[in-house]
Amino acid sequence: MKRWKASMEWSKFIVLLVGLVAFVFPFILLIVNSFKENKVITASPLSLPGSFNLANYESAFTKMNYVSAFTNTVIITVLSVLLISVLAAMTAHFFVRNQSKFNQYTFFLMVAAMIIPFQAIMIPLVKVYGNLHLLDNKWTLIYMYLGFGSPLAVFIYHGFVKSIPAELEEAAMIDGCTRTQTFFRIVFPVLTPTSVTIAILNVLWIWNDFLLPSLVLTSSEQRTLPLSTFYFYGTYTVDYGPLMAGLLLTILPILVVYLFAQKFIIQGVMQGSIK
Amino acid sequence: MISEKGRWSRLRLRLLFTGPTLFAFATVMIVPFLYGIYLTFTDWDGISTTSTMVGFENYASVWKDAVFWKSFYLTLKYVFISVALVNVVAFLLAYFLSSGLKGQSFFRAGFFIPNLVGGIVLGFVWQFIFSNVLVSIGQKAGISVFGTSWLADPDKAFLALIIVTVWQYAGYMMVIYVAGLMNVPKDIMEAASIDGATAFRKLRTMILPLMVPSFIVCVFLSLQRTFMVYDLNLTLTKGGPFKSTEMVSMHVYEKAFLSRDYGVGQAEALVLFLLVAGITLLQVYFSKKLEVEA
Repeated sequence: MKRWKASMEWSKFIVLLVGLVAFVFPFILLIVNSFKENKVITASPLSLPGSFNLANYESAFTKMNYVSAFTNTVIITVLSVLLISVLAAMTAHFFVRNQSKFNQYTFFLMVAAMIIPFQAIMIPLVKVYGNLHLLDNKWTLIYMYLGFGSPLAVFIYHGFVKSIPAELEEAAMIDGCTRTQTFFRIVFPVLTPTSVTIAILNVLWIWNDFLLPSLVLTSSEQRTLPLSTFYFYGTYTVDYGPLMAGLLLTILPILVVYLFAQKFIIQGVMQGSIK
Repeated sequence: MISEKGRWSRLRLRLLFTGPTLFAFATVMIVPFLYGIYLTFTDWDGISTTSTMVGFENYASVWKDAVFWKSFYLTLKYVFISVALVNVVAFLLAYFLSSGLKGQSFFRAGFFIPNLVGGIVLGFVWQFIFSNVLVSIGQKAGISVFGTSWLADPDKAFLALIIVTVWQYAGYMMVIYVAGLMNVPKDIMEAASIDGATAFRKLRTMILPLMVPSFIVCVFLSLQRTFMVYDLNLTLTKGGPFKSTEMVSMHVYEKAFLSRDYGVGQAEALVLFLLVAGITLLQVYFSKKLEVEA
């Protein structure tokens, strides 16, 4: 019985291992081919590279305008995520502590708006912001991320603020804190685990987003990483070597972050699903 | 709760705490949404400063746009198959990866990797696999299924889209199912084991009913994501061959921004919204009924 169980464990382990290899295989393929020459890639895409030739990376790096795209993506992602986390927490906190009819309806409206697909908004969005001459500007994009990201963030924060005892805040206010000080010194620090969750969900979304930036950012110097990958791929479709290197360069930053923070990222996704 | 004295200080507080979020929310989501409804009644072409009211003409055009309905039907088919497969695969992965297996967190981390990468990049990577790697394998090993690129054949291109979708989302949903499985109370599972329940019986009569909330979340998320598929569609198949894999989101984009038919495009987007809203609400409503208390 015991031996049977142990061999069951082993076969399960092996099945999962095979599954995992199949799962990460596309990435392995990408790494392997990014060091090869064009001819070798098309002739034998599965063979190992003969040498660590970095020529593909050099060419992708310059043609993608990597530094600029990377900087844009970092600025947009970091600022959007910071704004969403802090401002949504403030809003959720206010909604929980001031339960007027108006606040309840507004909260309900935000939650309900979550089912509006982006495609139902994109055309008028481009028209309105185009008329106001606000397109092709990363600050507009950041502002839009705040608008699109705040409903879910407010919703998640709302659930957690309710679990903070109001007495905690009252005590702080009796000690002379204003409402704002109470929020930043007491409530927001207590909400840190929730903020981490919200930050992770939003980073995964904003870092990789394509459709919204492609509508808002039109000039090439404003491009984010997904955008520059897209245009790079469109222009050099036969140059497989640099293309593979370019794709890998796009993935690399988030893979490096994942390597160090995977526990938090998985946890964040878990927390985000159970409100 | 201590509240501020004076109407002005209360208003200032409200503006400080809720102002930025609500203003952004209203100007980015609500105003464009309402304005979008207005747009469906005009014939704006995207360039001219004036547009005239055309009543329900755009909706009539939507009705007559055969390509739209084809992509609509195709999207439904794609959503149905992918949502089912994503959730079955994700649940199985989660089930096996929360049974106390050695190295299970390593496995979980590995299966999650595709979700770190955006649809644009994933589409390009798989395009390379389907049209180069598999073809090369097929020709060398003489496997005729892989002999020619899957992306050149309408049915196989559709299948390719589903395979990549399942590969992309299974890991994400797996994480949510793992969270759900961890919430299944240990004591009743032990009690069932003592009573001699088999693993399959425990799964069917206890785990699955207790997991309904996770199923609601996962089906909701996968519905939303697959209905809106765009990046992957754009870079994996470009809607081809011959528009045979053009999903509705891509169709709306092309209608509006490439054919400059903004009114019709927006009307199609609203039809899509109504459908998505209807399906997700029905799904949540019916699955809430299945929920049980542990």
